[in-house]
Amino acid sequence: MSTGADSAREGPRIIVLCIGNPDRGDDAVGRAVARALRALLADVEIIEEEGEATRVLARLDGADAAYIVDACVSGAEPGDIRRFDASAGPLPRAAFGASTHGFGLAEALELARALGALPSRCVVYAIEGGTFEIGAPMSPAVAAAVDIVAGRLRTDILGK
Amino acid sequence: MIVKTIKVDQLARVEGEGALKVVARDGVVQSAELNIFEPPRFFEAFLRDRMYSEAPDITARICGICPVAYQMSAIHAMENALGVVVDGPLRDLRRLLYCGEWIESHTLHVYMLHAPDFLGYAGAIEMARDHADIVRRGLNLKKAGNAIIALLGGREIHPINVRVGGFYRAPRRRELQPLAEELKRARDGALATVRWTSGFDFPDVARDYEFVALRGEREYPFNQGRIVSSRGLDIAAAEYDEHFEESHVEHSTALHAHIKARGAYLTGPLARYALNAASLSPIAREAARDAGLGPVCANPFRSIIVRSVEVLYACDEALRIIDDYQEPERPAVEIEPRVGTGYAATEAPRGMLYHRYRLNADGKIADARIVPPTSQNQPSIEEDLKTFANAWLDLPDDALRHRCEQTIRNHDPCISCATHFLRLDVDRGG
Repeated sequence: MSTGADSAREGPRIIVLCIGNPDRGDDAVGRAVARALRALLADVEIIEEEGEATRVLARLDGADAAYIVDACVSGAEPGDIRRFDASAGPLPRAAFGASTHGFGLAEALELARALGALPSRCVVYAIEGGTFEIGAPMSPAVAAAVDIVAGRLRTDILGK
Repeated sequence: MIVKTIKVDQLARVEGEGALKVVARDGVVQSAELNIFEPPRFFEAFLRDRMYSEAPDITARICGICPVAYQMSAIHAMENALGVVVDGPLRDLRRLLYCGEWIESHTLHVYMLHAPDFLGYAGAIEMARDHADIVRRGLNLKKAGNAIIALLGGREIHPINVRVGGFYRAPRRRELQPLAEELKRARDGALATVRWTSGFDFPDVARDYEFVALRGEREYPFNQGRIVSSRGLDIAAAEYDEHFEESHVEHSTALHAHIKARGAYLTGPLARYALNAASLSPIAREAARDAGLGPVCANPFRSIIVRSVEVLYACDEALRIIDDYQEPERPAVEIEPRVGTGYAATEAPRGMLYHRYRLNADGKIADARIVPPTSQNQPSIEEDLKTFANAWLDLPDDALRHRCEQTIRNHDPCISCATHFLRLDVDRGG
């Protein structure tokens, strides 16, 4: 039997935060994953952001689980996909520090951790970018990663 | 001869990417260079041949932190060229939007970029580990600024609801009420911010700046006013080019601006405060007095207090505007294209921003000129370094480097805004 309060309570709040600039070469990859994922997952909150740290922080507020997608630069091959469990420890900051405002995703997550506001489940998909030219399209290797990451997120979230 | 060179290859905690080089010989600083190496961004060239109505949305993209300043300067310059005056509730809504930007941008700088310098932390993350409640207060304050911009601008960054002549849609009175509740809490947070920053330990330094800011009639300046200085300049925006000039320097892709008759000058919170303190609202004036600011503050390290006072003012002014707001009959006034040149200066959070446009009869932009605050402040920032660093040369290198970085952060330079491009004339012969 459930009380009125129970029936009004929602399940865990899951967000997918897709970060990037759609007009800056491979930085668009997070945004492209958002679009691919919307076609796969109708009921999940999919959010697009440009990556400013305090806004990322605000988006994490109240989430029980957060899945984050962003481009990164670490010297790997463009299109390489890596998965980090940010709830277990910090991201490699050098790879995610590419924000023009000095605060990148790694800083945003560490700030959330310091404030006790990091969701208990926080998974980051990093897709290695090759070109970040203004106005350039995504490179083919990075574009090919979009559907793969969207599929893995679907499996992460739905468990199948 | 003892030569000491301090190099910072990447300046941390400023907007955009830059570097610093200070050279001293025998205990005297010989040169200080703020090196801006972000690529030029060609905005003035992008604007040519676009319609006058596109300028606000294009120029907003210059900055993700102060898009409203770019939009407002472009809009006022276009209205100046087209002979349009926007008054009443629409003018008030523009002030409200500008309040949102000041709250958002200043709070980000005060809490995330500048305060760690005074409290001995490498950055905001380290500060948050020890002062989580304070950082949360800053984030909540910033959110109130975002909320204003989201409501009036249609979204939180790069607002899309403003246009030459007014807005695409004006808000209803009832839509502003929830905002007022958030702003009352923000005003409390802003007052606490002034008290907090005024307790920091500041180096006891000052410089004899020529302060330049807008001065409005009986109001602290956002969108409008005459360009005045602490050494007697008093001109309309249309006269800017007669009194100010920009020059290229070898070490920077940002142009350096000077007053033709005298040289370096400072724009931004210290200048606005020195030239307009009497126009602050009573609560902001009282907070400034209690913080020990006096009528003029010439210590750039204390700019964090002035910035906090301006956040308090912006919260208070936003509440006043919401309280007085009457819904306008129309969201915008009619515009007819015509040939003309328009000028405007507004007060971006980090200082005065000047735009000039020449329009063709069909409303297309023939020529655009944009002078951002960081270009104007760059010579003063370098003079700060030259003046102050002499006393710090005996510090260990890490401490000296930190002081120099802090000296730059005092002025909240937006390096990405400042990247400019000189007119390029290619002589191919024949």
